Amino acid sequence: MLHTQPISTLRRLLVSREISPADLLRSVESSIAATDPAIGAYLHRDFPAALAEAEKADLTQPLGGIPIGIKDIINVKDQPLTCGSKILAGKFTSPYDATVITRLRAAGAIPFGKLNMDEFAMGSSTENSALQITRNPVDPSRVPGGSSGGSAAAVAAGTAVATLGTDTGGSIRQPASFCGIVGLKPSYGRVSRFGCTAYASSLEQIGPMTRNVTDAALILQAIAGPDPADSTCRREPLPDFSKALSGGIKGLRLGLPEEYFGAGIDPEVRAAVEKAVRKLEQEGAEIHPVTLPHTSSAVATYYIIATAEASANLARFDGIRYGHRCENPENLLDLYNRSRAEGFGPEVKRRIILGTYVLSSGYYDAYYRKAWKVRYLIRQDFTRAFEKVDLILGPTCPTPAFKFGAHTSDPLQMYLADIYTIAANLAGLCGISLPCGRTAATPDTPALPIGLQLLAPPLAEPTLLRAAWGVEQILGEVDLV
Amino acid sequence: MPQEEPINVRYVAGLARLTLTAEEEAAYTSQLDRILHYVAQLDEVDVSSVPEHTLEEGNCDFTRPDVARASQPMESALQNAPRRSGDQFQVPKVVE
Repeated sequence: MLHTQPISTLRRLLVSREISPADLLRSVESSIAATDPAIGAYLHRDFPAALAEAEKADLTQPLGGIPIGIKDIINVKDQPLTCGSKILAGKFTSPYDATVITRLRAAGAIPFGKLNMDEFAMGSSTENSALQITRNPVDPSRVPGGSSGGSAAAVAAGTAVATLGTDTGGSIRQPASFCGIVGLKPSYGRVSRFGCTAYASSLEQIGPMTRNVTDAALILQAIAGPDPADSTCRREPLPDFSKALSGGIKGLRLGLPEEYFGAGIDPEVRAAVEKAVRKLEQEGAEIHPVTLPHTSSAVATYYIIATAEASANLARFDGIRYGHRCENPENLLDLYNRSRAEGFGPEVKRRIILGTYVLSSGYYDAYYRKAWKVRYLIRQDFTRAFEKVDLILGPTCPTPAFKFGAHTSDPLQMYLADIYTIAANLAGLCGISLPCGRTAATPDTPALPIGLQLLAPPLAEPTLLRAAWGVEQILGEVDLV
Repeated sequence: MPQEEPINVRYVAGLARLTLTAEEEAAYTSQLDRILHYVAQLDEVDVSSVPEHTLEEGNCDFTRPDVARASQPMESALQNAPRRSGDQFQVPKVVE
């Protein structure tokens, strides 16, 4: 059961030569063969190539010999890339490594497989993947969350040691919460986005999805830092995140936003988070009420800004240089129109149309400019709150994982599942979801994971990790399926 | 926000270079109307205190050293072409 061990344990076994990188890969491979047909997390894996890499793995590096699964929106050289879309599936092989992959390789890790996701990261359940269904390993009748649903399900099912996801409005933290694992969204600009297919460039970040906080810190250390290939990447030197994994929560000031415990929250989610808060207070954390008055505007603001950016970013899929091209186009315009219509799925089309509309002549000021101004106010809410507290604490999601089809007929209800995560992207904060309990099991439903979210100011990952590690010491680590 | 008339989905999809079926057009019209009605709540937010220029993120204001580097090799740039002719992407005729 090597594949269910945390990275720190595996590294000790690898360095002492008790196991080899190939042993570990074979363990992951057999776990995928046994479990993934029922879960559907993986879109692609290439074990012969990974075993060849494992032979050369540099075990002196911090992630030496560790296999890592990759959300299929990130380019891994010579591996297929689909973004969960028919416009790319079977039609695209990555010509280069994303910066995060170059860095994982430099740290000794082996990016061996690609994981399912909502098409172009647009969704909260992975139901928008055009390629396959991914099931929640805790309860296969429920979604794993999204858009990084494959990345979360693989870690929860024990078919990956750790994975990378991306988070544009909660797409790492929400599936981590639904599957009962740890998911970290770095501050905007902390991790290079070069080689990650762009959806909403002012919001998204790549981050780790892991069994525990220590593993998340290890992977963040490897992938973060300035990158000349991404002009939005922050140039501040990288702190040593492992040093943050001590000290615990004693003396930390935790802010509870009243807006994150109001109408719409599931009573069991609320009770689990409040119970965790009481435990943290007993262990010496200072609990303060805070207010984030523009919380109710965050989802509307997000769906204007994100779709506007998506409409521009996805213009590159034009059937000319890569991706699907329609048969027998009459002319160039027909080629564009039909290639895109045939390749993109319903949610992607919906968002492209909405984004085009809010940027169109006569509507730009009313929608897009207004949304940017409200975004400023949302940031200001957090700036003011962080004058009083070190971190903000609340539930990651208003509900536990929902059933397949629960929100597919109503896009707006699906959007509202992101209500507690979306503001962190608008404000450029770092955030983490970690398990804080489960719902009560019933005859029809197993106990479902509940996630606790911590948010910290931009570039305050050391504080975030210190708190998350402290919370984990108190609440316990991931309880694998 | 300008909500006096429903969104003209066919026109906007044309701007976005997307052909829609009649069913898609009908579905998106009602769904997007609902979403636009929802986002119209931003009308209620007082933004009078927000400076006019909030679009600059302040972290993209640097350039990298002007050093010549090898770019992506031509063959790898062409490897995913839906249609190619020799070392070029093949497209329909664009001049009448």
